[in-house]
Amino acid sequence: MVPITTIHYLVVAAALFVLGVIGVLTRRNVVVILMSIELILNAVNLNLVAFSRMWGNLHGQVFSIFITVDAAAEAAAGLGILIAFFRNKETVNVDEIDLLKW
Amino acid sequence: MVELTIFALGILLIDLMVPRDWKWINGVGAFIGVAFAALCVWEIQSMSPGGAVGFYNSLQVDRFAIFFWYLFLAAAAIAILMSARYLDIEEEHHGEYYALLLLSVVGMMCMAAGIDVVLIFIGLELMAISTYVLVGFLRRDRRSNEAALKYLLLGAFSSGVFAYGLSLFYGIAGSTNLRDIQRAVSAQNPHNPVLVIALLTTMTGLLFKIAAVPFHQWAPDAYEGAPTSITGFMSVAVKAAAWAMLLRILVFGLFPLRSVYTPVIVIVAIATMTGANFAALTQSNTKRLLAYSSIAHVGYMLLAFVAMGTSQPGTPAFADGFKGILIYLLVYTFMNLGAFAVITSLRQGNVIGDELDDMAGLYQRAPVEAALMLLFLLSLAGIPPAAGFLGKYYIFLSLIESGHYGLASLGVIYSLLGLYYYLKIANAMLIRAPMETERLSVSLGMRCAVGVTALATLVIGIYPEPAIQSVNWSLGIVKSQTARPIRPIRR
Repeated sequence: MVPITTIHYLVVAAALFVLGVIGVLTRRNVVVILMSIELILNAVNLNLVAFSRMWGNLHGQVFSIFITVDAAAEAAAGLGILIAFFRNKETVNVDEIDLLKW
Repeated sequence: MVELTIFALGILLIDLMVPRDWKWINGVGAFIGVAFAALCVWEIQSMSPGGAVGFYNSLQVDRFAIFFWYLFLAAAAIAILMSARYLDIEEEHHGEYYALLLLSVVGMMCMAAGIDVVLIFIGLELMAISTYVLVGFLRRDRRSNEAALKYLLLGAFSSGVFAYGLSLFYGIAGSTNLRDIQRAVSAQNPHNPVLVIALLTTMTGLLFKIAAVPFHQWAPDAYEGAPTSITGFMSVAVKAAAWAMLLRILVFGLFPLRSVYTPVIVIVAIATMTGANFAALTQSNTKRLLAYSSIAHVGYMLLAFVAMGTSQPGTPAFADGFKGILIYLLVYTFMNLGAFAVITSLRQGNVIGDELDDMAGLYQRAPVEAALMLLFLLSLAGIPPAAGFLGKYYIFLSLIESGHYGLASLGVIYSLLGLYYYLKIANAMLIRAPMETERLSVSLGMRCAVGVTALATLVIGIYPEPAIQSVNWSLGIVKSQTARPIRPIRR
């Protein structure tokens, strides 16, 4: 049985982060992109909590609570804007968001 | 900051009570809020001239912060003056507009004064989320929806990447305070891979926020789709806040790593000037053209940052580079806001007013506005009598002092190229025949906004001493602060 150390958490967080970035760059549905952004923020939270345990102080946990709140606010604003957009255009596909270019 | 929050919430409440025709009263309330906040900043400034630290060591109100606070408040006040008539024409005159504007200023103040990455991040998000909503404020306009969605997706993504970098710095330092991070970072080998990953992700976030190439794609879209008054506000205040954050983090916190990040900044600066100036040449939409021009201005400011990164603190090159960035931001606030104010006033009846063709013959329709627009354009291009020259002068001075002759000449060449697209607007305004003959009706608030920005552009250009003095004053603290913790690494 290998003890779980900080580095294990960091590897998981890095994997989550990379998955989130890949999701943002490749997915075409706006809702899925928002979910990928949440994945990135969760990777950050995991990092912060692991480091917080490593250092034995609470700064990281406080930061991670703030980030959770921020993620919720961002998702709320994002879905609000998406609904306003959907009312006018009836799509959530980023390939069809093409009114503004160059 | 607290006072602005109270005013923002008050506006939200009052908005429920006033009838539809009386919405301008919210604008008055917001303006009073900004004036009151400026008064409070003045009070703080006279009470503790040496700077004060608060909120458990996370907020440092030094001269650097106060300089930026005045800048944000001035930009917000001018944006409010621009907005009232414009929102009436768009039939979107709601109190939330002013409340969000004030809240975004609160976020910016946290960014400029924060020395704890938690506070900086929260300030950034407060500003960014308010701005996402403001960009999409014309909810019946498809371009506005689309701009807000694009800005939100890219902005939230960059914030996530930024936060990842900050979390790694917390892991390295064991604290979220920038001073502790600086201490921990200077003890590390600057080429430690974790440190480099942390630095690169943090810088990606910062460069996204100041809209440097290759992270600039959100800017033209967001600027074009947003309500024009918000475009003006975003292009100056949001940008200045992002710069304040970048300077706080890279110059205060991560200064020991400058040998790692300066080469990256050199490449980004060259790419920014090249990409933005060439993209601006072909634009036919004035808002989009000015968006690319504002990206180009970021490129010039990054040049000054390069001069700072390659010279020792305390040398004239370092001081002039820092001074150049701050003066540039100060001057740029007035000239760019003025240009956007003129574009905002073109919104009449069923004319949107953001195409180059709408500018045609402006001189015959509104001679005063056309003349002032010419002043703003010349200032943006950096022609001597106007203020824009002063900012460019200090940037190129710092580059020459630190021996970057190649970069300095590249910057000069690109400013000359910039003259082409600014004069394209001037050409449409002064020489082409007007599409419509009726005179432009300009509201009182708009006249004040254009007048104040034009006056500031002209006065700073002709008599720059007060502006230089104020920047020197705000740097008095900054210099000693960066110089102090640097010493241990020299060994």
